[in-house]
Amino acid sequence: MPQFLLLLHEFPQDMSGVSPEDIQAIIAEYSAWSERLAKAGKFQGGQKLTDEGGRSITTNGGGLSVTDGPYNETKEVIGGYFMIEAADYDEAVALCEDSPHLKFGSRIEVRQVDAM
Amino acid sequence: MQKRANEISAPAQNSVDRLVDHLFRRESGRLVATLTRIFGPSNLALAEEVVQEALIQALNLWPFQGVPDRPAAWLATVAQRKALDVVRRESRFHALGPEIERAFWQTRAPPEAVDAVAFRDELGDDQLEMMFTCCHPALGADARVALTLKTLGGFGVSEIARAFLVTETTINQRIVRAKRRLREMRVDFGVPQPDELAHRLRSVLECLYLMFNEGYLAGSGGDLIREDICRESLRLVLLLADHPKMSAPEVHALSALMMFQAAHFPARTDGNGDLRPLADQDRTLWDHDLIARAFRALGSAQDGDHLSPYHLEAGIAACHAAAPSYEATDWIAIRRFYEQLLLVKPSPIVGLNRAVAIAMTDGPRAGLVALDAIRDASELKNYALLPATRGEFYYRLGEYDRAAQEFKAALNLSAVEPERRYIAAKISACGIGAI
Repeated sequence: MPQFLLLLHEFPQDMSGVSPEDIQAIIAEYSAWSERLAKAGKFQGGQKLTDEGGRSITTNGGGLSVTDGPYNETKEVIGGYFMIEAADYDEAVALCEDSPHLKFGSRIEVRQVDAM
Repeated sequence: MQKRANEISAPAQNSVDRLVDHLFRRESGRLVATLTRIFGPSNLALAEEVVQEALIQALNLWPFQGVPDRPAAWLATVAQRKALDVVRRESRFHALGPEIERAFWQTRAPPEAVDAVAFRDELGDDQLEMMFTCCHPALGADARVALTLKTLGGFGVSEIARAFLVTETTINQRIVRAKRRLREMRVDFGVPQPDELAHRLRSVLECLYLMFNEGYLAGSGGDLIREDICRESLRLVLLLADHPKMSAPEVHALSALMMFQAAHFPARTDGNGDLRPLADQDRTLWDHDLIARAFRALGSAQDGDHLSPYHLEAGIAACHAAAPSYEATDWIAIRRFYEQLLLVKPSPIVGLNRAVAIAMTDGPRAGLVALDAIRDASELKNYALLPATRGEFYYRLGEYDRAAQEFKAALNLSAVEPERRYIAAKISACGIGAI
């Protein structure tokens, strides 16, 4: 079964005013989504990435240039990733359609792992 | 391959089940109480900040890593670590730093050994102390309720604002001012000294009573948050009732009153979320375990010779709880309780309720006469239940035109949606009755 990497993009937000109840509700929606994936045998794992946007490394003439992420003007970062199994892109996209990340984050980038 | 996938996915299983109802709300209230004891009440805002950071950390990690086995202990550990970071970082704690740090480790097990259950029991006292701080008599009643809901109940400002039908800014200001006042007065964090206890306890009970009423009276099917407010008030009053030093008769009376009322929740709304008045409730839906507990609490409230308004109101609620039906209720006893209540707590609302009891013992005509005595009370000028009650009495007398008139007046005054629907239904019933 082909594997897909889901990159969950988001804009880090100030959450200091969000009520405990609402925070729990958001977590519950994410948990329900990953549980649905797990029950369907599609879930392979996931990790949170740190929020600061990481480092971007390029070669600059002869040497290395290291800059702080995020890489473009916007402050969008990859909040974390999931690995899932799906027959093809259509199924992978369908599995993301009910993801709460589309509501609370910004977008999901779906990339197939090249098994060749 | 399939098997491996299942093994990997194991941590995600049951994540949702671990997030029991209102876990975050409950835990944030508890943790703020604990940290406030350590930081002191003047650093209440700091305690809240630290706890909020712990919740946000959970929000960042759990969607990807799954909910930990013991989420409450996880939150406690993270909050504790963050608090220690603050203590080490902030100059205002430098003088006290080592002492505060010691306070952490002496009174609390180290994070890795934190047992969720033991931790919870210990937190009880912190919450009691927090209750006395939030309900300090120097604060106005509105401020006490808002601060208690926010700090002990873990309710968000927007949730409180919604429940009170005011703006978030209003609630925010109320809370900020209350905190400033506590700071200025250098209120001690802790259970008051014995000579002060009775006075301070009264202030706490008054706050919890208002809080419960706010949830109960406005209670609408559409907005479940208000039932939460009732449950939180009940939780806090039971915390007092279970404490050997606090278990005064009034505490038990108030807890009995709240339990009797809360027992009606399952029957209070119909399938559409519309309000069902006591007379129309299916009594088999009442929470009979809670009613049994309420009767036991009422028994404990009989110690001593002090008869508080809570005793009388609990007595009324007990009459309802014991009655097989609305008609077969001991209305004579209820009427007597309301008459006593009028003596200790004169209020036109009590007068209104007494009129309802009179209508049941002596008929609707006598009820109307009793209502006349309070018809000009300024507190009831915009109170929809006054014309609605009058309408109900006329309706029972078969005077449908006058009843409809009163119900229309009530409709103009009511802002609570399910209540409006109920009154509107009454108006159409008057139309049918008149034919």
